[in-house]
Amino acid sequence: MNRQGELMNGHRDGPERENGGGNSRRGRGNRESGRRMPGWEIALRYVLLLAVLALTVGPFLWQLSTSLKGPHEDIFSSPPAFLPEQPTFANYSRVAETIPVWDYALNSLTVAVANVVTNCAGAALAGYALARLRYRGRRAATVAFVLAMLVPVEGIIIAQFTTMRELGLNNTLVGVVLPLSVSALNVLLMRNAFLNLPYEVEEAAFVDGANVWQRFARIALPSVKGTLAVVAIFAFMGAWDDFLWPLIVLSDPQNFTLTIGLNYLHGTFANDERLVAAGTIIAVLPLIVLFACLQRYFFRGVGEGAVKG
Amino acid sequence: MTTPTTTAAAPSGSTAEGRAPKNPRTGGRPRDGRSRIRRHLPTSPWLFAAPGLLVAGAFSLYPFLSTVTNSFTDRRTLIAGRFVGLDNYREMLGDEMFWTGLRNSTLYVLGVVPALVVLPLLLALLVQKQIPGISFFRSAFYTPVVASIVVVGLIWVWLLDERGLVNAVLEAVGVGRVGFLSDQWLLLLSAMAVTVWKGLGYYMIIYLAALANVPRELHEAASVDGAGAVRRFLTVTLPAVRSTMVLVGALSSVAAFKVFSEVYLMAGPDGGPAGEDTTLVMLVQRTGTGLSGRAGYASAISVVVFVVTVALMLLVLRADRKEDA
Repeated sequence: MNRQGELMNGHRDGPERENGGGNSRRGRGNRESGRRMPGWEIALRYVLLLAVLALTVGPFLWQLSTSLKGPHEDIFSSPPAFLPEQPTFANYSRVAETIPVWDYALNSLTVAVANVVTNCAGAALAGYALARLRYRGRRAATVAFVLAMLVPVEGIIIAQFTTMRELGLNNTLVGVVLPLSVSALNVLLMRNAFLNLPYEVEEAAFVDGANVWQRFARIALPSVKGTLAVVAIFAFMGAWDDFLWPLIVLSDPQNFTLTIGLNYLHGTFANDERLVAAGTIIAVLPLIVLFACLQRYFFRGVGEGAVKG
Repeated sequence: MTTPTTTAAAPSGSTAEGRAPKNPRTGGRPRDGRSRIRRHLPTSPWLFAAPGLLVAGAFSLYPFLSTVTNSFTDRRTLIAGRFVGLDNYREMLGDEMFWTGLRNSTLYVLGVVPALVVLPLLLALLVQKQIPGISFFRSAFYTPVVASIVVVGLIWVWLLDERGLVNAVLEAVGVGRVGFLSDQWLLLLSAMAVTVWKGLGYYMIIYLAALANVPRELHEAASVDGAGAVRRFLTVTLPAVRSTMVLVGALSSVAAFKVFSEVYLMAGPDGGPAGEDTTLVMLVQRTGTGLSGRAGYASAISVVVFVVTVALMLLVLRADRKEDA
């Protein structure tokens, strides 16, 4: 999915108010009409909400259920059995015997953490340079980032692949991380965040003799923690979920990330749905937990256009 | 697009960035401050920007340019190419697989975009009202966005399997089993449905933000005038979110044209038995990568992908402007 347009439209902090607002939102209920909803309308709304809930979350639960079904259970029964009769974690250990799924998870984690670190550091530094420092060529630098943001990943994978070969980074995790390591979109997001800071504080620090680095690290950076968190979360999610680029750059099963490993598992052992189900649950669970804990930033990320691809 | 007002709940833990948005260009910045704060080591701005610029240059701008130049060569993965002029493009015109890919990617846009413009809006209207438990529903509806496309693809491959849940249900109610993943057209349609399913929550959040900016006075006034819910939706809500619909249309059409993962996972790497479900980006991946990859030819197809996505974007934005006039 593509979140760039949001940024271009200067469409900021919207959903945050809707979702992260908490208490202060009370009393704004029924704001649209200012009237009380009739009972039947509330009931209808809940029926619809539950129907959509079954449609969006149901497939994940079905996958979870399949992954817990024992080897002698019929997973193809009609009418289907929604709950496992003999719940077991055996499929999870079996998937680890079939493919090195924990190594793949570790590879994914490595890639995701590296992506978070490089994006936060690189985007904060460059964003600060674009927003706060004055020098010749700043406009040109900004334009370069805007153009870089507009280049679709899908269109340059072949050139990227040949570049990686020339650098000798094919089939390495470094090769997976490098192209996304400082996303131009994140740089522009950080630039906007820094632009919205009041100038006076930094100026006071300047008068007190703080140099550029001190002003950046001690004053500006702590003030944009919110945007930095959004960048971090979307960098993690983007790297953990990515498929097309790792698929192209990784060829040796030893270096696979979880998504590529799952695709491999699916291609090779498609006949055992329990294994594939266990693998997908391993891949999706960490992100669901992350999302449950940090929802606010996920929603805000949509509004700020925090990720590309 | 209207700028959100700042009266509503500010983000908790709000720092300076949560304050009233200033004009980013002049925002409360004293003119004379510029000259004073300017004095720093002359090289440091570039040191700050260097990592970002390096990555943007080496892994976005350079690959873009080399994609365009490679498209005029017969370059292969292991062999440096020679200039061949328009040969790749000429070959493309006669390549049946290219036309299949172009057709499928285009069909994908036509199938997915209307659904992704309309359904998330309806969903946003459903979760907009503050009724108990609504934030749980909002979060739950967003879950598919968080999951990797590989996870989503494999979940649906299993659900739509010949012996999977959907078919078990269809059989139980007497419809009989449907070959969702074996028929060429049903497969493409199923992949589209998966794309829509995964995108719903994302665009729902975008619409929610837009709906929050519709002034409630308008709704009240319409109510007083005796307008029913449908009438109010058509005369108040719809015009207010129109620019957001255009944005969603632009974003989703560009994403739909570049579809890869859903079809790759559901139809297999070769795009079905005779490759009839291949999309354009799948074709790029298949022809251009690996040790025998034809980088030159794949680059030419990539250029087509560029051109079409830019054209789609302009088309949608232009349609918007025309309506304005």
